[in-house]
Amino acid sequence: MTKTGKYIFSILVIIFLTACTNKKNNKIVIKFWGMGVEGEAVSRLIPEFERQNPTIKVEVQMIPWTAAQEKLISAYASDNLPDIFQLGNTWIPQFVALDAIQNLNPKVKFSKNISSLNYFKGIWETNLIGKAVYGIPWYIDTRVLFYRKDILKKAGYDKPPQNWTELIDVSKKIKTLYKNEDKYAIYLPTNDWSIFVIFGLQAGASLLKDNNSYGNFSSRKFKRAFSYLMKFYYNKLAPVGFSEVNNVYQAMAQGYFAMYISGPWNVKEMKEWMKGKLKNEWMTSPLPAPDSAGIGLSLPGGSSLVINKKTKYSKESWKFVEFLSSPKMQLEIYKLTNDLPALKKAWKDSIFTNNKYMKAFYEQLGYTKPLPKITEWEQIAFSKIQQYAEYAARRKMTIDEALKHLDADVNKILEKRRWLLKNAKDYKLR
Amino acid sequence: MKLKNSTTSAAYIFLTPALSAIFIFFFIPVLAAFIMSFTDFDIYSLSDFGRARFIGFDNYLQLFNDPLFWKALANTFYYVLIAGPLSIFVSLSAALLLNDKLLKFKSIFRLTYFMPVVTTLVAVAIVWRFIYHPKFGILNYLLGFFGIGNIDWLGDPHYALPAIILMSVWKNFGYNMIIFIAGLQNIPEYLYEAATLDGANKWQQFKNITLPMLAPTTLFITIITMIGFFQVFAEPYIMTQGGPLDSTLSIVLYMYREGFRWWNMGYSAAIAFVLFLIILIATIIQFKIQKKSAML
Amino acid sequence: MKKFLLYTFLIFTAFLTLLPFIWMLSASLMNDGHASVYPPRFLPDATTFIQYKRLFTRLNLSRNFFNSLFLSITVTIVSLLFNSLAGFAFAKYKFAGRDKLFNILLSTMIIPAQVTMLPLFLMLKSFGLINTYFAIIIPGMANVFGIFLIRQYVMSIPDSLIEAARIEGASEFQIYRKIILPLATPILVTLAIFSFLGTWNDFLWPLISLTDNSMYTLPVALANLMGEHTQDPELMMAGSVITILPVLIIFLALQKYYIKGIMMGSVKG
Repeated sequence: MTKTGKYIFSILVIIFLTACTNKKNNKIVIKFWGMGVEGEAVSRLIPEFERQNPTIKVEVQMIPWTAAQEKLISAYASDNLPDIFQLGNTWIPQFVALDAIQNLNPKVKFSKNISSLNYFKGIWETNLIGKAVYGIPWYIDTRVLFYRKDILKKAGYDKPPQNWTELIDVSKKIKTLYKNEDKYAIYLPTNDWSIFVIFGLQAGASLLKDNNSYGNFSSRKFKRAFSYLMKFYYNKLAPVGFSEVNNVYQAMAQGYFAMYISGPWNVKEMKEWMKGKLKNEWMTSPLPAPDSAGIGLSLPGGSSLVINKKTKYSKESWKFVEFLSSPKMQLEIYKLTNDLPALKKAWKDSIFTNNKYMKAFYEQLGYTKPLPKITEWEQIAFSKIQQYAEYAARRKMTIDEALKHLDADVNKILEKRRWLLKNAKDYKLR
Repeated sequence: MKLKNSTTSAAYIFLTPALSAIFIFFFIPVLAAFIMSFTDFDIYSLSDFGRARFIGFDNYLQLFNDPLFWKALANTFYYVLIAGPLSIFVSLSAALLLNDKLLKFKSIFRLTYFMPVVTTLVAVAIVWRFIYHPKFGILNYLLGFFGIGNIDWLGDPHYALPAIILMSVWKNFGYNMIIFIAGLQNIPEYLYEAATLDGANKWQQFKNITLPMLAPTTLFITIITMIGFFQVFAEPYIMTQGGPLDSTLSIVLYMYREGFRWWNMGYSAAIAFVLFLIILIATIIQFKIQKKSAML
Repeated sequence: MKKFLLYTFLIFTAFLTLLPFIWMLSASLMNDGHASVYPPRFLPDATTFIQYKRLFTRLNLSRNFFNSLFLSITVTIVSLLFNSLAGFAFAKYKFAGRDKLFNILLSTMIIPAQVTMLPLFLMLKSFGLINTYFAIIIPGMANVFGIFLIRQYVMSIPDSLIEAARIEGASEFQIYRKIILPLATPILVTLAIFSFLGTWNDFLWPLISLTDNSMYTLPVALANLMGEHTQDPELMMAGSVITILPVLIIFLALQKYYIKGIMMGSVKG
C-alpha cells in the first residue's frame, strides 16, 4: 500500500468507527449516567431490569462526583446527555433552565407506582419547579450529627447537644480535656458549604432576597450563624484546614475530633472503623436547634432520576425510573451503597427499624428546608460560600468583610438572572 | 530561476490543507474569543444565543476587581518566576556536568534525566500526589531521615505551590538540558584553548566564554520555559484542584473553571486574552533585555 | 577522586529522577492498601497483577487505551501530511507574499492555545463533533511548528534535485512524493514523535471536548478515575504505568530523532 493509500485508509477507518456506535442487535439501548458509587451500584441492578424488559438494554456510565457538574453540562452543551441520569436534587433548577430535562407530570399522573404521596414532602419539593416535577427522588440524604459517646461523656454530656449553646459548651469542654494536644472537638470543614448554609437556615436566614436575585448573607440572621461557626475555628474547637484529615473515619476513631456533621453515607464506613472497644461508642443524632432544645433544620439532599428532554426513548427511560423506584430496588440500592431510600414505604423494612443509627436520619427528614431553586446556586455554594468561609476561618478577612464580599460576589453572579427576570419572557425560574 | 505558473499554483494547492485548517480552527476561534470576551456569554446563552449581551469592557473591568483573578495571576507569576529560573539553573548545571568530554555513559545519564519530559503529565501528577502524601508518601519518609518533620505538602497553603514547582522542575529540566548541551557543543573549542593560554581559570572561562556564547540559547529556553509555565493547568487540576486557600490556582485553571465549570464563557475568554497579553509582553521584554545585554 | 564524586553525584541524581517511576511501578504491583502504610514499601511484598486486571476488565481502560492510540496515530499521520505539504511549499516555491505569510504564521505561535478553546468548543458543538474523534483530530491537523521544522529541513535540500526531476517531466506532486518525502524522512520521524507524544499526553482539550467514558483518552480517563479512587494508590499507579509505558517505549526506541528534533527546533526559535 502506498503512503497516500494509507492516509485514505485511515480516514476511512475513522469514519467507520464513528459511524458504528449504538447498534446492538435490534435492542433499544438506553444510556444511564450515575455518579460515583451509585453508578457502580446501578450496574448490578440492571440484569434484573433487562430480564423484565428483554427488548431494552441499559448502558451505565459512571462519572465521579468531583467532576459531575461540568461533565453533565458539557454533555448537554454538545447534545451528548444520556437518556436518563442521576442528578443531585439541587442541580435540577439548572437543568430545567437549560431546558435539558423533561417535565414528568404527565408520566407521574399515569404511573402505577410513583406518586408524590409516597415520598418525604421536603424531598419531593426539591424536584418541583413551579408545579411541575422534573425529577423522581431516588435516594435521599440529610445531614445529622455524628458523635463519640465516650468523649462527650468525659466532657460531662450524657446526651448529644440539644441546642447551639450546648454545642459550643460541649466543644469547649472537650477541648479542655486535651490541653495542648493537637485534637479538636468538632470537624467543620470549610470546603463543605452545606454546614454554613444549614446553620444559616437554622437561624432563620433567607439566603437570597428579592425573588432570589440578590445575596442576603450580610443579614442579621445569617451573620449570627456565621459568627457562631467562626467561634469554633477561632477557639481551636475545630481544625481550620481540611487536608489534615485524610480519612474522617480514621480521625474520628483516633479522637482527632469527637463530632462532625455529615450524611448517611458515613454510617457504613464508620462501623468499619469503630471496632473493638469503640464499637458502641458512637452515635447519630438530629442536629441541635439554635435556641430551645429540639431539632434544628437540615438540608433535603439526595439525588433524583431525570430524563433527557431530547431522548428518543422516553417511554423506556421512564420504565427504568419506575423500576428503580420500586420498594424492592430502593432497598437494594441501600444495601449496595447505604443510600437512604426516598420511598417512605421502604423505611418500614426491618433493615431500618433495627438500625439504631437510622433513627436520627428519619427524624431529621421531617425538619428540612429546600435551598434556593436557581441555576446559579451551585456556583454560589461551591465557589463563593466555601471561599469566604475559608477566608474568615483563617482570619484572612473579618466576618463582616467576608459576608460583605460574599454578597457582592453573589450579586454579581445573579446579575444575569435579574436581567432575565426583567427581559426574557420565557425565563422559567420565577 | 523562473518558475512556471503551474508550479506556483502547485504551491497554493500544497498550502491549502494546512493553511485552511489553521485559518478555520485557529484564527477564527482566536477572533471569536476576542469578540466573546466583550459579551456575557454564559450558561443561559448555551441554549439560546440571544441571551448573550455585548457588555463592552465589563469583563475586563470585573477581572481587574476580582481578587481570585489576582490570586491566580500572583500564583502564576510566582510559579513562572521561581520554577522558571530554578528549572533553567538545574538544566544548565546538568548540561555542564554532562558536557565533560571524558565522561563515560554520557548518553545513559542524558536519557535518564530526559525521561520525565516525555511522560504523561496527568500520570506523573497522580504519582506525585501520592509521593506527597503526608502520612504514607515516600518524600516525607525520606525527609524523615534528615529530621524534617511531616509536611502536608499539598494540604498546606505554604507548601502546595512549592510542591507543584518541585514536580515541574523534575518533569521539565531534561528538556532544557538537551538544548543547553546543543548550545555548549556549538561553542568553538579554540576559545577555551586561547583562554587557557591566557591563564584564565575554569570559572573565568565559564563567565567570559560559556555564558555569553550561550546567551541566544538561554533566551530561547527562557521564553519557551516561561510560556510553558504560564500555561500550567494539569498539575493543580490533578494534585490540588487549585486549593488549599486557592494557593495553587493558576490562570488557566481559573479560566477552565469559569469557562467549563460555571460556563461564564465571556468572562473566561477575557481571562484567556489577558493571559495572551501577559505572554506577549513578557516575550517582548525578554527580547529587549537580550538586545541590551548583547550591545554591552 | 574528583571523577568519583562526579559519578556518584550523577548516579544519585539519576536515581532521584527515576525514583518516582520506580515507586509507581512497584506500587502498581501491590495488593489493595499495601501502598498506604508507614514506613512506605519500596518493593511489593507479594507481586500481583490484580490492579492491571481490574483496570482492563471492570474499569474498561482498554477502550481508552485504544482511543489514545488511535487518535495519536491519526493525528500524527494527518498532521504530517498537511505540514509537510505546506513546509515544502514554503521552502521551495516562490509566490507573492510568501515570506510575509510565513512570518505571520510564525508570529501566531505566541498565541496560547487556551485562547481558542471556548469558541472551538462552540464551533465543534454546532457541527455536532464534540465527543467524537474528530473533536481531537481537527484541531491537530496542522500546526505552525511542524510547518516551520519541515521548511527549515527542506530548504537544505538542493534545488538542483528538484530542477532535474522537473526536466524529466515529473509533476509537482511527484517531486513532493518521490524526492522531498524520502529526503526529509529524518525530520518527518522527529515530527511524528512530537505529534504522537503531544496527542497522547494532551489533557486540557480532550477533557473539554470528550464527554463520554468510552471516548476518553487515557489521561482524561485517568483523571476521571482519580476522582473516585483517591484512596487507591495501587490502582492509580497501575493506570499511570499503562499511560506512561507506551510513550516511554516510543521515546527510548526513537530517542535519537527526538533529541535531534529538540535541538533543531531551538536553533532558530
